[in-house]
Amino acid sequence: MEQLIQQVASGLANGAIYACLALALVMIFVSTDHINFAQGEMAMFSAYLTWQLLQWGINFWAALPIVAFASFLIGVGIERAILRPLHSAPVLSIVVVFIGLLTIFHSLAGAIWGHTIKEFASPFPKVTFAGSGYIGPHQIGMVVVTILLLLALFAFFRLTPLGLAMRAAAQNPSSARLAGIRVDWMLALGWGLAAAIGAVAGSLVAPVVYLEPNMMASILLYGFAGALVGGISSPGGAVAGGFIVGVLENLIAYFGNLLEKASGFYLVGNGEKLSVALIIVITVLTLKPSGLFGHVTVKRV
Amino acid sequence: MAALLEVDGLKAFYGQTQALHDVSFSLEPGGITTILGANGAGKTTTLRAICSMVHTEGAIRFDGQSINGRATEEIVRLGVGHVPEGRGTFTDLSVDENLRVAAYTRRDKAAVERDRDMVYEYFPILKARLAQQAGTLSGGEQQMLAISRALMLAPRLMLLDEPSFGLAPLIVQEIFRIMRRINGEAKVSMLLVEQNAALALDLADHAYVLETGRVVMSGKASAVKSDEAIRKSYLGY
Repeated sequence: MEQLIQQVASGLANGAIYACLALALVMIFVSTDHINFAQGEMAMFSAYLTWQLLQWGINFWAALPIVAFASFLIGVGIERAILRPLHSAPVLSIVVVFIGLLTIFHSLAGAIWGHTIKEFASPFPKVTFAGSGYIGPHQIGMVVVTILLLLALFAFFRLTPLGLAMRAAAQNPSSARLAGIRVDWMLALGWGLAAAIGAVAGSLVAPVVYLEPNMMASILLYGFAGALVGGISSPGGAVAGGFIVGVLENLIAYFGNLLEKASGFYLVGNGEKLSVALIIVITVLTLKPSGLFGHVTVKRV
Repeated sequence: MAALLEVDGLKAFYGQTQALHDVSFSLEPGGITTILGANGAGKTTTLRAICSMVHTEGAIRFDGQSINGRATEEIVRLGVGHVPEGRGTFTDLSVDENLRVAAYTRRDKAAVERDRDMVYEYFPILKARLAQQAGTLSGGEQQMLAISRALMLAPRLMLLDEPSFGLAPLIVQEIFRIMRRINGEAKVSMLLVEQNAALALDLADHAYVLETGRVVMSGKASAVKSDEAIRKSYLGY
């Protein structure tokens, strides 16, 4: 039982990071219908930026907003400089651009900071508390920071005129233009926000997976899975999906181990976590293509 | 009086296809002008060309400034409210959010509030549906919302693309009655495109007739209405 709680708790912590990545993907998807395959590598690059600032003696909590802002600018810059000229290009060209970006960020990080694994100290105090046998301070920190980030984003999109304009531009670009909204800039802003969210995710997960250019590869897959399970068109759904995938992967391994102990029959374990998670994704998509929380737009004709 | 909108030698293209060949007309401030024409004559394209939503050649001047080739959102910001074909509802947003989006470019909060009250007065049903998802409104309500969105921009010119489309006759009458009020009370000039020629000629003071991308006739609405050829081909009696 104790182990089960522990698995669920750590699943939630990982899920928080998947949720961030899923949200970053959704942020770009809702306004452009593109899945940014480079999202993970951009987050990894941002994590390196944070690490660099830490090396220069800057406190993590001062470094994080700086890096988030720098990542925001990088995101906006990529959209304006690279994707804007391609806005009527076929999807395949865009996919190639994303793969190109992935490779560029990957090699750039390696070239600047090297390919060896670096330690990344947790920004959260190493305290013990009631229940710390189940979940560590860094894991709680990841969940808390993620939830704060989500609340801030929710408030931005629901309560500010700019957030409303972004939603309008994503939903009906031509009508948004007719309301005087500069839709092109809204897309760039979406890219910037996605990059900034990724920066937070990357910097938070770096102490767990350690810093190296490949650190985000599987995390992006899980984030993608989360976004699909929850519904790629729904930010709230993507977040829920991220948490679901995080918990699910741990439970799969946990019950697989139980089964092996009880019957000696090995079905699944830590090694199959990713495969089983992806099987679940495919199952969900087959049964409910819009995702668990993806909404089918109500339309009256 | 200087013209509010002047269109001179306008050509418009969808890819390789030329939809407008040589359209010229002008709009006096304060009035309602209608463009009549059969399906495919270029009525919608003319409105889309004014807002730079298609590729155009020729001159378009709004309030003396050339607007040809500027971005749609910049033309809108000059005071051109476009009520598009199909109503352009933000279906996933609430009615309230639809109205707020429309006032996004405005910084004069007090005037925005006044315009909102004006919209509620014209269309009380929208006030009752503020929290409702706009996609679930009826066709007539969505048309009212589209006109209201254009009004929330505080436009000087409103372009209306088939506001009667797909609506019951009673609703159409109601909407046209309110359009006349908006024109008189809010001092918004209107350029109206309509299939329903009888209705449009009753509302408008000036009319142009388009045929296959060219203006073939223009004049006072009353004169156009009594023209024999127009009566036969557009009014059907």
